[in-house]
Amino acid sequence: MSDAMSRGQVIRRQTPAAKALRGLLYAVLIVAAVAYLMPLVVMLLTSIKPLAEITPGNLLALPRSPTVEPWAKAWGEACTGMRCEGVGGYFWNSFAIVIPAVIISTLVGALNGYALTKWRFKGSNLVFAMMLFGCFIPFQVVLLPMAQTLGWLGLASSRSGLVLVHVVFGIAFTTLFFRNFYVGIPDELVNAAKLDGAGFFRIFWRILLPVSAPIIVVSVIWQFTQIWNDFLFGVAFSGHDTQPVTVALNNLVNTSTGAKEYNVDMAAAMIAALPTLVVYVLAGKYFVRGLTAGSVKG
Amino acid sequence: MPINTTQVPAHAGARGHSASASLQSWLPRLVLAPSVAISLFFVYGFMIWTFVLSLTNSRMLPSYHFVGFGQYARLMANERWWVAASNLAIFGGLFIAICLVIGAGLAILLDQRIRQEGTLRTLYLYPMALSFIVTGVVWKWLLNPGLGIQAMVRSWGFDNFTFDWLVQPEMAVYTLVIAAVWQASGFVMALFLAGLRGIDDEIIKAAQLDGASLPRIYRRVILPCLRPVVFSAVMILSHIAIKSFDLVVALTGGGPGYSSDLPATFMYAHAFTRAQIGLGSASAMLMLGGVLAILVPYLYSELRSKRDV
Amino acid sequence: MSALEIHQLHKSFGSTHVLKDVNISIASGEFLILVGPSGCGKSTLMNAIAGLEPITSGEIRIGGEDVTWRTPAERDIAMVFQSYALYPSMTVRGNIAFGLEMRKIPKAEREAAVQRVADLLQISHLLDRKPSQLSGGQRQRVAMGRALAREPQIYLFDEPLSNLDAKLRVEMRTEIKKLHQRLGTTIVYVTHDQIEAMTLADRIAVMRDGQVQQLGTPDEIYNNPVNVFVAGFMGSPAMNFVDAVLEGGRGNYALRISTPGQEDLVLPWPAERDTDALASCVGQKMLLGLRPEHFSEAVGHSGAGTAMAAVIGVVEPTGADVLINLPLGEGEVTARVGPDCHARPGERLELQVDMRRAVLFDPQREVRLA
Repeated sequence: MSDAMSRGQVIRRQTPAAKALRGLLYAVLIVAAVAYLMPLVVMLLTSIKPLAEITPGNLLALPRSPTVEPWAKAWGEACTGMRCEGVGGYFWNSFAIVIPAVIISTLVGALNGYALTKWRFKGSNLVFAMMLFGCFIPFQVVLLPMAQTLGWLGLASSRSGLVLVHVVFGIAFTTLFFRNFYVGIPDELVNAAKLDGAGFFRIFWRILLPVSAPIIVVSVIWQFTQIWNDFLFGVAFSGHDTQPVTVALNNLVNTSTGAKEYNVDMAAAMIAALPTLVVYVLAGKYFVRGLTAGSVKG
Repeated sequence: MPINTTQVPAHAGARGHSASASLQSWLPRLVLAPSVAISLFFVYGFMIWTFVLSLTNSRMLPSYHFVGFGQYARLMANERWWVAASNLAIFGGLFIAICLVIGAGLAILLDQRIRQEGTLRTLYLYPMALSFIVTGVVWKWLLNPGLGIQAMVRSWGFDNFTFDWLVQPEMAVYTLVIAAVWQASGFVMALFLAGLRGIDDEIIKAAQLDGASLPRIYRRVILPCLRPVVFSAVMILSHIAIKSFDLVVALTGGGPGYSSDLPATFMYAHAFTRAQIGLGSASAMLMLGGVLAILVPYLYSELRSKRDV
Repeated sequence: MSALEIHQLHKSFGSTHVLKDVNISIASGEFLILVGPSGCGKSTLMNAIAGLEPITSGEIRIGGEDVTWRTPAERDIAMVFQSYALYPSMTVRGNIAFGLEMRKIPKAEREAAVQRVADLLQISHLLDRKPSQLSGGQRQRVAMGRALAREPQIYLFDEPLSNLDAKLRVEMRTEIKKLHQRLGTTIVYVTHDQIEAMTLADRIAVMRDGQVQQLGTPDEIYNNPVNVFVAGFMGSPAMNFVDAVLEGGRGNYALRISTPGQEDLVLPWPAERDTDALASCVGQKMLLGLRPEHFSEAVGHSGAGTAMAAVIGVVEPTGADVLINLPLGEGEVTARVGPDCHARPGERLELQVDMRRAVLFDPQREVRLA
């Protein structure tokens, strides 16, 4: 999305009415921004308040004695179901699942997109359409067979099992991204390399991959947020030790032993949200591009 | 510097392809083969598998005792399923409509040479980066009558203010709409903004020279150009709506009672916690049917327009 | 031995035939140009020679060897693409050396080859730049350098100048001609620009609808076109086609042109250009082909041509000469006259027509009769 162009670039008299209208415009936009921001602010404020300030206090009230206690508790002590070890371990679980799944699915998607666009063969469009369908199915329809298959493979309740699931259902998206990107790379480039004597893998490695940085970033960010934020597969296929952080967060919030510690809930939510928020802030441009270019949300 | 390393006889192989020519023509297929196999097995195979399960009397464990469409009949007679289905209609309809209105509105406002446009855009869109679980946890807190927005407004002196939808069985489903709109409307804004920026500037210049006012240009010239954007936004949003599972789990847990169940939570509850695998499979198949009903016309038009290019 | 032989080449996609019975043979060191309107199959033919597109039937031989089913890499050819297709991630040096690297040429030899073509094309100072840092003309040179470094048996050029601006295009055209004369390379060159075809080629193949219409030297193609298509495609402004009725008999044929509102014009056909085909056409309508330069201003003297006169429609001075539109037959013709012609629209202009270079076509079959 470029900031370069805007509408209404005509000469217009700056009448008082026009100025007032412009003020109103900014007012509406700022109010909207505050509304979008409010839940995050509340989450952050609550997570650094002692419990004593929460019950009588106001959502938006600033903490009188800010504390990192709830964060520490959420990370290391809070109860998630039967255990009381916080979400820290599950946070690393998520990374252990996300990193291999992102790398494998992006690599496979890149090769698929390359083969589908630069080495077209009879039926290659059909193959693409067939794989694309995987982007759209409601995952409920694969849950039960997947559970059984993971059991047969000896991967039930394991991190490897979750990696497999995320790779299998991520390939459709990554293939879509890379295919759409490589369609825009001129075929002549590949033809030139063929005449120069390079083969399938050499052309991919030397010619295509070096120009793929933008789409690799899009694919990595997309896969990262999708897998990090996943809950359905996590809750269905993980064991006690292998839960991703989203599942642990849900367990933590729903654990009803002792007094409800809302500040700890919010701190845990912040912990679960931080990695994707950081990615979004650092690489928002590519995040948006992934959302709009892929134009599908799984 | 000729390189005739492979001096194949002129007519080796079926059509006289040189050895490396045959390899080159098979490599792409070889590379795609694992993905195709995965797709065939894990997507298409599993769909069929689930369909088969939906025809059995499986309960705790899959059994292969076929009962025809009995599970579908049970589903049709199940009140909780109908609550879930009608909730999906309410949730989906409102979610899509509100997201479109807010998204298009914000996009048009942002398109007026706004200072700090990038910052505002970032703020509108960030919820999309969050997990629905996080969204659910936050809004559960905000909508908690005793501690959230209701309590805050009351503390400002509006003692009779009530906003307790979360605990009202007939209103709980609307809290899902609120949270989901908060999460996804910024994304719709981004889609619309990208669409607006993609419109040929000369069309707008021509309309301005024709003397059309700005609101009129939007209504008559620009918005009609954005039909494809509306189309794909509806596609994506309805897809999110049908699959919504995490948000319900985290925000309402399907409650109070099962008043805010959606098909996705219905399916999960029956297949995994209530030992009703057959019934759960049948509901999954109906969800697939719902997605297909939206998807097939969309894919058809997509692929046809791609072929035209 | 021919450098390139194409024998009965056919290519079809389903039921559409994109190449029909193409037969071309070129000698080593020859410059062949494939020319034709877009969609005529010239690029497909070039890709078939390169091995980038499989053919349906036929045979392609390079240097006497059958390469029909070989990969592009095994054919020992190099190609200069319309978009140049420079590898964006590599420097100019890397681009030029890539083909040699793929063929496992030792590094020292590669360096030497890069230096050689860089000197030849005067791009030594660009060797460490990326393609994105080059101008259009520089990219064009690098693309040629990449092909030259390989010293293949055949060079293929796919509309290499079409992305350059007009001035640069003329410069590069001359440069390509010089290179060819200097290096004696065998070149197949695709273009839709008939001036490029005329200026560069040893021989031209004019293509339409997947078929070679005529294969010949530029002079043959220009002055002795075999059909209406070739005659009309080559030359700018295009050849004028005028309906005319053939009269008389062997030795004194003449062509009668009826222009509405004017006296009929009768143009005698030079006896030395009679052909047997004309005998059966007496009294029939013919298509008379006259190039704009076959007209000349009648300035007092009675030259070799036949005199005619017409009222001027439009005058288009181009600097080097003046193009004049006048009514003749059912339509209008364009005449090219000297730059000192000061005729104005509406005036009556006396012209001479040089019938020794006129051509006659059958209006139905569109083939050449005389």
